[in-house]
Amino acid sequence: MEHIELFFKSVFIDNMVFATFLGMCSYLAVSKKVSTAIGLGAAVTFVLAITVPLNWLLDQYVLQDGALTWLHPSLIDYDLSFLSFILFIATIATMVQLVEIIVEKFSPSLYNSLGIFLPLIAVNCAILGGSLFMQSREIASIQLATTYGIGSGFGFFLAILAIAAIREKIRYSSVPGPLRGLGITFIITGLMAIGFMSFGGMLTGGDEPAKETVSDKNEVGNEDDLVYKINQEIN
Amino acid sequence: MGLFNKVGLLSKKDEKLISDPLSDNNPITVQVLGICSALAITAELEASVVMSVSVLFVMGVGNVVISMIRNIVPSKIRIIVQLTVIATLVIIVDLVLKAFAYELSKTLSVFIGLIITNCIIMGRFEAFALGNGLWRSFLDGIGNAFGYAVILVIVGFFRELLGSGTLWGFAVLGDPIDKTGLYALGYENNGFMLLSPMALIVVGIIIWVQRARSKHLIEE
Repeated sequence: MEHIELFFKSVFIDNMVFATFLGMCSYLAVSKKVSTAIGLGAAVTFVLAITVPLNWLLDQYVLQDGALTWLHPSLIDYDLSFLSFILFIATIATMVQLVEIIVEKFSPSLYNSLGIFLPLIAVNCAILGGSLFMQSREIASIQLATTYGIGSGFGFFLAILAIAAIREKIRYSSVPGPLRGLGITFIITGLMAIGFMSFGGMLTGGDEPAKETVSDKNEVGNEDDLVYKINQEIN
Repeated sequence: MGLFNKVGLLSKKDEKLISDPLSDNNPITVQVLGICSALAITAELEASVVMSVSVLFVMGVGNVVISMIRNIVPSKIRIIVQLTVIATLVIIVDLVLKAFAYELSKTLSVFIGLIITNCIIMGRFEAFALGNGLWRSFLDGIGNAFGYAVILVIVGFFRELLGSGTLWGFAVLGDPIDKTGLYALGYENNGFMLLSPMALIVVGIIIWVQRARSKHLIEE
């Protein structure tokens, strides 16, 4: 049950693209055709499903405050969490290189169509973001971390597939000149993100103890609170 | 533009490196780089400015470092080398922010870390710093960071002004609870502007305005 909940939460409510804007660059650049979009979406899902649990292990056994005690009890005072950026990105870059080699070997046509964007998965914000959110949300076990990785990857897949399908169709409509291409894609993405916000109340619906509403208007960093507040106002 | 050239600080070619990203070659609206972090943190002007300054630092220093070592790094492993350079710089930024602006660093949360994967930085490393000398790479770095900053500040300005009626935390439109200033006339804050999707729509409108002004950018 926990897994299903986390999966749906990461696909719909905390969707990588629509809720946190991660992976936007490749989302916009590779979404002109459905077939390439599917390729990139699958690659991102695959890489996320591997790197998030790997980084979870790193976080638990190397980086966290006192995580090194399994080596020696005297290491309890060490907190290496400031190194997490560099270690996470190293894991990701290595994994991406591996995926690139595998894809080149087994599916040259996919490799050709993804072209420059395969190495760029290494610098896809969605991948690093997955690991960083995994760390900051303190996901409890490695199984849950895997579910989270697959879920967020699937969310990205869904988003890029949807926008690619829309962009293929929108070529036949008469969009005002200056908006054509990038501009209209941004606006459509914005509208889709508003649509995805309606999933916000899906899992928290009703029976969660009432959170304190944000009294300070300046405190807008936390989207969850805002979504929650709006849901309350609607009810 | 042409200001630096007139006072004799930069040659015409170098000047273009700074002025181009501000308009016709803007990293966000034209090159489509670095959008990920640009949108998520622009609900407040202050956060946008801090983010811009962080990116400015990372890009300026990073481009210089990459340009210095461009001849000794084998091209096979260059991506990992670049990522290491950026990650080190970002760790510095992160620690400085945590030390001097803790509240703000909590608002920005993981997005400071995500500067590492900001495509602007990798994109400029690949496209420019790997093939050019120190000084020109530095100019290209800060030029693009300024282009990024301009969009961030515009988006942050409108979202904060229309969304919460403040700028940099100061209530410029009056007090919404005591009904002073504009609020006395029945004006209401548009809370919708604070939600993340509006960032996308604001950037869409910026692109629209920019392309309407310079026609050669229009696609197809």
